[in-house]
Amino acid sequence: MSELSKLKISEARDALKKGEVTSVELTQACLSEIEKADALGAFVHKTPELAMDMAKAADANKAGGDLNGIPLGIKDLFCTKGVPSQAASGILEGFKPEYESTVTTQLFADGAVMLGKLNMDEFAMGSSNETSVYGNAVNPWKRGNDDAQLTPGGSSGGSATAVAADLCLGATGTDTGGSIRQPAAFTGITGIKPTYGRVSRWGVVAFASSLDQAGPMTKDVRDSAIMLKAMSGHDPKDSTSADLAVPDFEAALTGDIRGKTIGIPKEYRMDGMPEEISKLWEDGTTMLKDAGAVIKDISLPHTQYALPAYYVIAPAEASSNLARYDGVRFGHRATLDAGDGITEMYEKTRAEGFGNEVKRRVMIGTYVLSAGFYDAYYNRARKVRALIKRDFENVFADGVDAILTPATPSSAFELGAMKDADPVQMYLNDVFTVTTNLAGLPGIAVPAGLDKNGLPLGLQLIGRPWEEGDLLNTAYALEQSLQFVAKPNRWW
Amino acid sequence: MSIDIETARRVAKLARIAVPEKELPELANEFSAILGFIEQLNEVDVDGVEPMTSVTPQRLKRRDDVVNDGSQQAAVLKNAPDAREGFFAVPKVVE
Repeated sequence: MSELSKLKISEARDALKKGEVTSVELTQACLSEIEKADALGAFVHKTPELAMDMAKAADANKAGGDLNGIPLGIKDLFCTKGVPSQAASGILEGFKPEYESTVTTQLFADGAVMLGKLNMDEFAMGSSNETSVYGNAVNPWKRGNDDAQLTPGGSSGGSATAVAADLCLGATGTDTGGSIRQPAAFTGITGIKPTYGRVSRWGVVAFASSLDQAGPMTKDVRDSAIMLKAMSGHDPKDSTSADLAVPDFEAALTGDIRGKTIGIPKEYRMDGMPEEISKLWEDGTTMLKDAGAVIKDISLPHTQYALPAYYVIAPAEASSNLARYDGVRFGHRATLDAGDGITEMYEKTRAEGFGNEVKRRVMIGTYVLSAGFYDAYYNRARKVRALIKRDFENVFADGVDAILTPATPSSAFELGAMKDADPVQMYLNDVFTVTTNLAGLPGIAVPAGLDKNGLPLGLQLIGRPWEEGDLLNTAYALEQSLQFVAKPNRWW
Repeated sequence: MSIDIETARRVAKLARIAVPEKELPELANEFSAILGFIEQLNEVDVDGVEPMTSVTPQRLKRRDDVVNDGSQQAAVLKNAPDAREGFFAVPKVVE
């Protein structure tokens, strides 16, 4: 039975359609794997009864979509009706939404089965899943025979772990600065952040509203195409969601990229980049060239300013968004002392409910928005953001179809390794991914190879806005050449 | 830019997060490190550049001005830490 959880979404879909397997069997196989995998810390709220009900309904439903009967994990950031949705924060302890996010509504309407909620960094703020109130999610991959526990990356660390360890067939993630692509790279799976506005943000706990996008995390490019189609589309409840038709992304996967122009940005060749990552990047470039693409050296001159701009804009938006956690409408409220008024209630509730990284970012955001600093920090960062977007517009106007870069500056690091580091060191994880969030562009991470310690490394492709189909096809061509098939050795 | 303890205390107050006095020096150090990193932005020539308001050039959609939801008092109050008689209850705010 355990083999069933290893299926890709496309394989399971085809087997379901042929009647070779039932959703109940697939779901039971995943639930049984989840029960044996507590050491991975991936599933933080399990919903086995709900999953079995949904699976039975899917088996009875002849009219479902591509995801009919497919068992998925859902990141804890998505509000799911009647099921705890805490954004991995203590401040949302006990919160059970009275409504369903648009993304999960669409997935369930297609027939998908929810296995439970997945671990993540608190409010999606982190790159290692270590800021979660639930404790760490642990990478199923290990360095050779070294027993050290490694991070699956973050913030969608539980989603990455669950997919890489075959606890589910696919998972939802969200990406504000790299939170789908960095964990996908660290765990040897595929993840796409679509164009800003492609997927509704309604019912997704907000971190930085101008940057947040949800996307799929899956075992291959085809599965990402299938899941992204089900997640996408205009939603009147999110005024920034685009009123554009959703193409059949899977139909775009021809593998033919002849004549496409792939840009290689010189600014992503960082000092001190590990040899293995440069090599992988060169190999990927050669593969795309061999597949018939035209390779072009390009420049994105404002790249180095993306992270500092992000660390003004994202905390600023977070400080506004997280103002709602005040102990009044939902979640935690601190126990008050005699004589405490409403200000003490706010201050104690937020001090108790938020973890340190969240507090730090809310306060940085408060500072950069405060009187006297707004122009110097926030407005300047928004101007730099406009320049970063212009860099991409210029190369696209010069005929570039997609841009190839490494996904991360390193492979997965040890849990706890950054404990005493300055917060900025952790932020550097997102150096290759954060530019696409600032520019609103789609970006996909595909597993590309193993480093000398046997850990996965990923490559990233960045596409033109609204051209996810074309981007997925380029990623598909790269995937065909890379032939990444490695799996973690089971230790859990 | 170096953030002093007084500024750290003021920011914590503005953010409505209680920070014990003994933790303020460490917080000020962390702010200084992060703001030091952010200050690279001063190297960029931004003359004549408009601050970005939206990554997608689209007009915000407007819906018809009609009631489309409501009468959900019980659902709205369901997750409240303290709800009484159909209201959210909070400590006294008016003397």
